[in-house]
Amino acid sequence: MSEAAGKIRKRNADTKMVPVPSQSIIPERDIGKMPVLECKHLGIDFGGLTAVEDFNLTIGRTEIAGLIGPNGAGKTTVFNLLTKVYEPTRGSAMINGIDMHGMDTVAASRHGIARTFQNIRLFSNMSVEDNVRIGLHSQIRYGMFTGICRLPGYWKKEREQHEKALELLSIFGMQDMGDVQAGSLPYGAQRRLEIVRALATNPSLLLLDEPAAGMNPHETQELMDNIIRIRDQFQIAVMLIEHDMNLVMGICEGICVLNYGKIIAKGTAEEIQRNPVVIEAYLGKQHQGAEKEAAQA
Amino acid sequence: MSAKKKKLIYNAVTFGVVILAFLLCNLFYGQMSRSLRAQLIPICCWIVMAVSLNLVVGISGELSLGHAGFMSIGAFTGIIISGWLLKGFQMENETLRLVLSIVAGGAVAGLLGFLIGIPVLRLRGDYLAIVTLAFGEIIRNVLNCVYTSVDGTRLVFGFINPTLPGTLLLNGPNGAVSVSKIATFTAGFLLVLAALVVVLNLINSRTGRAIMATRDNRIAAESVGINVTRYKMIAFVTAAALAGMAGALYGLNYSTLVPGKFKFDQSINVLVFVVLGGIGNTLGAVISATVLTILPEMLRDFADYRMLVYAVLLIVMMLVTNTPATKAFFNNLKGLLSRKGPRKTVEVSQRKGGDRA
Repeated sequence: MSEAAGKIRKRNADTKMVPVPSQSIIPERDIGKMPVLECKHLGIDFGGLTAVEDFNLTIGRTEIAGLIGPNGAGKTTVFNLLTKVYEPTRGSAMINGIDMHGMDTVAASRHGIARTFQNIRLFSNMSVEDNVRIGLHSQIRYGMFTGICRLPGYWKKEREQHEKALELLSIFGMQDMGDVQAGSLPYGAQRRLEIVRALATNPSLLLLDEPAAGMNPHETQELMDNIIRIRDQFQIAVMLIEHDMNLVMGICEGICVLNYGKIIAKGTAEEIQRNPVVIEAYLGKQHQGAEKEAAQA
Repeated sequence: MSAKKKKLIYNAVTFGVVILAFLLCNLFYGQMSRSLRAQLIPICCWIVMAVSLNLVVGISGELSLGHAGFMSIGAFTGIIISGWLLKGFQMENETLRLVLSIVAGGAVAGLLGFLIGIPVLRLRGDYLAIVTLAFGEIIRNVLNCVYTSVDGTRLVFGFINPTLPGTLLLNGPNGAVSVSKIATFTAGFLLVLAALVVVLNLINSRTGRAIMATRDNRIAAESVGINVTRYKMIAFVTAAALAGMAGALYGLNYSTLVPGKFKFDQSINVLVFVVLGGIGNTLGAVISATVLTILPEMLRDFADYRMLVYAVLLIVMMLVTNTPATKAFFNNLKGLLSRKGPRKTVEVSQRKGGDRA
């Protein structure tokens, strides 16, 4: 027996076997379909700081999932990992069963991940319709030469883009605002336009970063209805970051709670509301003597 | 479709102005002074330069300071091709020779734009501007060392080595000598039209929207699947090719041309055309290129103060176009002129100005 083979055997004997994390919960209707997203041990370090660690999550094909946590918990960093703004230091993510390793943001978009941003990122100097048309960039295509020479393909595809853009805008009743400059829209409308633009890329997973921020209760209610409608109409999965608990508890089927970059709880809305770890993360630990004082009183 | 109509009217006005100017020039050709006549072809070249640089600076939002470099590449390629066709193949047809030279000038400049674009477009903002400036200077210095001659039907190139067989076309720092002047005003006009068609149609197409998206918000553009580098490259190469074509026409308008003609200040000159015309405004670029080419000729006596006035003018333009108060003032003026009252955007900017006061 050679020395090298002996080393290998020794190493195998030393290997410590650990169980892989159990699957997250997904809606029953999505059982038997390939999950949209599977994250395994996803993690990223910025220098010495671990921003996200051991992030495991599976999202069903038509699930509305919530990602919540206190400020600075790493929620947006997870979105940035999924859209490949950052390359994860550890772990892997699979979109529609395809490993996302080595993809860039453009490839992630082509494979079906669309997102909105916490601080709105519209093309604010352009019209509302042009914003949606840019979202359709990879969906309705024609070449540069066709565009410059105004070949028949140009007119056909431009009309197709126009019709599709209006159809998408009509989800939020914005079909009449096509000519308005995007930057001059009210805040809530800008958020809705961002969702429309993301939908235009024909995603299978829609990531919404605080979609209800800055909306009044009435607008939030409308948004909740619309998110459910979008899910039903396009048969896509939605994952949202949100601080408005009415929205999260109202429409999210699976909820994942993040604190200091780690998942501290996963479950349905009711499970999360009752989870003492979550309550502690949000409200802080109850003072040691508080219970005694309460009992004495 | 008011936005669409607005675009259509803008394009129609742009083409209308250029065509009208061409017709007027032809009509009053007899009455023009000799110096103005000599300016007609250069004006066409500078218009194409301004329109193409506008594509990079205004539409793709990257500051390029080496545009004259692409022009010089086009100019010397055009001169070499034209001389080669004439002396090597005895091609007497001037129109055909001009067309082939312009196409070759555009192609070589476009290719060089692509090669330079690979490192340059990885940079952003100020760094990109500095590197384009450097490449512009590198092109000029390399051209200073290039010698070319025609030997039979063969083109011979020499680098730093001036002893070449046959007739010399390009003589290093002494530039091109005894070029046959084949550029015509009609060709210049057609080139301007072609540049306008390319740029305006590009802007109003899928490609153009993608380019503007990368300018407005790079991160958002990437998130909807637009390959930012690719579309910045498209804008950069298209602009370089158009600059090369303008250069070929420019070079074939003079009997001698030295590489020193395309210095850094020529790039800045073109940038001034673009800024003065309003960044991103094609019609503005056309008009300012025309005016700023004619004016220095007419005000030759005050030539010493030109750069001084330019600097002040640049600053004033930036201030005027970016202050809410002046914006509101000009919008009001526009509203009064069209007798429809101030437009919607005016109210917003006025309110902002009021809040600040």
